[in-house]
Amino acid sequence: MSNVGLQAEATAASGREEGWNRPRTLTPEGELLEVAMGPHHPSTHGVFRMDVALDGERVIRLKPVFGYLHRNHEKLAEGMAYLASMPFTDRLDYICSLTNNWAYALAVEKLVGQEVPERAQYLRVILAELTRIVNHASSVGFLIQEMGASGTPLMYAFREREKILDLFESLTGARMMCNYMRFGGCRVDASAAWLDATRKVVAGLPRFADEFENLLCTNEILMARCQGIGILRPELAVNAGVTGPLLRASGVNYDIRKVDRYGIYDRFRFRVPLGDHWDVYDRFMVRLLELRESIGILEQALKEIPAGPIMDAKAKLRGFRPKAGEAYGRIEAPKGELGFYLISDGGPNPYRYRVRPPSLINLTILEDMCLGEHLADVVLIFGSVDIVLGEVDR
Amino acid sequence: MLGEGLLKGLAETARNFAGSFVSEERLTTVQYPEERVAPIENTRDFPFLVYDGDDWHAGMRCVACQICEKECPPKCIYIEKSKDKKPDFTGKPQIYPARFDIDISVCMSCQICVEVCPFEAIKMDTEFELSTTDRFGGLLLDKKQLSRSNEHYHKIHPTEAAEVDARLAEEKAKAEAKAKAAAAAKAAAPVAAPAKPAAEAGKPAAAPKPEGPAASPQKAAENKPESPAKAEQGGASGS
Repeated sequence: MSNVGLQAEATAASGREEGWNRPRTLTPEGELLEVAMGPHHPSTHGVFRMDVALDGERVIRLKPVFGYLHRNHEKLAEGMAYLASMPFTDRLDYICSLTNNWAYALAVEKLVGQEVPERAQYLRVILAELTRIVNHASSVGFLIQEMGASGTPLMYAFREREKILDLFESLTGARMMCNYMRFGGCRVDASAAWLDATRKVVAGLPRFADEFENLLCTNEILMARCQGIGILRPELAVNAGVTGPLLRASGVNYDIRKVDRYGIYDRFRFRVPLGDHWDVYDRFMVRLLELRESIGILEQALKEIPAGPIMDAKAKLRGFRPKAGEAYGRIEAPKGELGFYLISDGGPNPYRYRVRPPSLINLTILEDMCLGEHLADVVLIFGSVDIVLGEVDR
Repeated sequence: MLGEGLLKGLAETARNFAGSFVSEERLTTVQYPEERVAPIENTRDFPFLVYDGDDWHAGMRCVACQICEKECPPKCIYIEKSKDKKPDFTGKPQIYPARFDIDISVCMSCQICVEVCPFEAIKMDTEFELSTTDRFGGLLLDKKQLSRSNEHYHKIHPTEAAEVDARLAEEKAKAEAKAKAAAAAKAAAPVAAPAKPAAEAGKPAAAPKPEGPAASPQKAAENKPESPAKAEQGGASGS
């Protein structure tokens, strides 16, 4: 096969001449090397395979292959009561079970027009922001791990995560599969002791953020590895439907907490960090800055949390039959826009149950970010997308 | 200066390393299984069936209503109703589960069975060392293996158990008052309804029954003062 033929094939595979992240100056010589990274490559965040075609060290093609962890979540949910899907949502993005709970509860509350009491709203915000801290700290830790810093930064992140997971455990009963939120409120009330313990943990978090930033932000190796790779242009990001820190690192100001102001997010003051180089380092920095903003929201919420009921008096646990209709509830999950789309036909089960997973949709631009990069950087770019395979495959 | 960031990061790791010798709270790990962290009260893992008193079968609160079986998301509960009846905690004859199996290899510890149970019969345990060499039968628990006493429940979830006991005592008092009122009404009008002696025959039998349950509120009252001490014991043995 001639060089020209190969080039044409490579272009055809990527499917577009324009809209590339960077101009292509490569001329592959000889045969392409096809490498199947995964499904058990240690860098992949779960069972995920990347079929990479390489010219030397450069990536010419990349095909994400997923579905190894498919659990039939959506179809299962159509066969069971509304409440019974709640524990399954924990298992979508298993690092952030509480935000998944919230998104699903929000969709069902929209469907039936259910109010949520004040205290429950505050508890939801507190738990969601704690979850965001857990997610961002560990995702940065994993990213650094993929760079070769095995252990130290990740363990620092996990040390803080442990404190937060202990809080989750003492409130909800489980560390990761919390299954805490209910339609119209939350399952159990937080005691004064729990709130005090949370205040104590939150008070220690700025120190952790400082420590993390000192440890990583100006590290020359990290900067050399991260800066200027995996560039995602804002136009492409918007067109591909990318959300979350990945989109904001591309400089697009879009945070559903600000756009939708779901729950009670209109009461809190926080900023939305944006990137202006659109590379891996920006994604890393955006996550660290969001972590700091989350600490700010937590401080405000813990100060203002009122007393009162945590479940709406009209909320029903069993025998839940919403009127026929449809609803889409979405929240700013740590990884992006997490939405649940429900259609009810008036029965006890949803007629259609659809999850809009941020991980899956953020993954669609993986090839565009990786083309022309080194194979070693692919792992890093993949890490900077921050996905969880439980959510990609559902 | 090149390398400044690296040195800054190294200083941070050095501070953590040295700090772990000085400050106790920096030591975040424990040497399981020799050491264990203190149990957290709300922890849950797998369900168990609560019984009152000493006999697990007689005191079982479950009335085989099968609500948990229906609501269980992964469908890991299997219940068969009994043909005969046994008195429940208020003395009312109730069906009991002839068979109650939970496959804990399927159970996902979501606690929905606990939430939907109207009889406070199923609760979450905190026992987590459940590994077994028998992968089929070993994780399929029958009702005997699932039964735990109310004292055990008080030991693992003291606050919650005290609330449950109070609720049950209230319910029982209500049931007793009702039974008493029914008995009084019957005594007041024995002549008025001579046409149905067969139906009345059941009621006098039900009225004396409260003595069986009468034992259980005492038990509940005993449990309450005991439970803090037990919790302490549990904590001491745990640590």
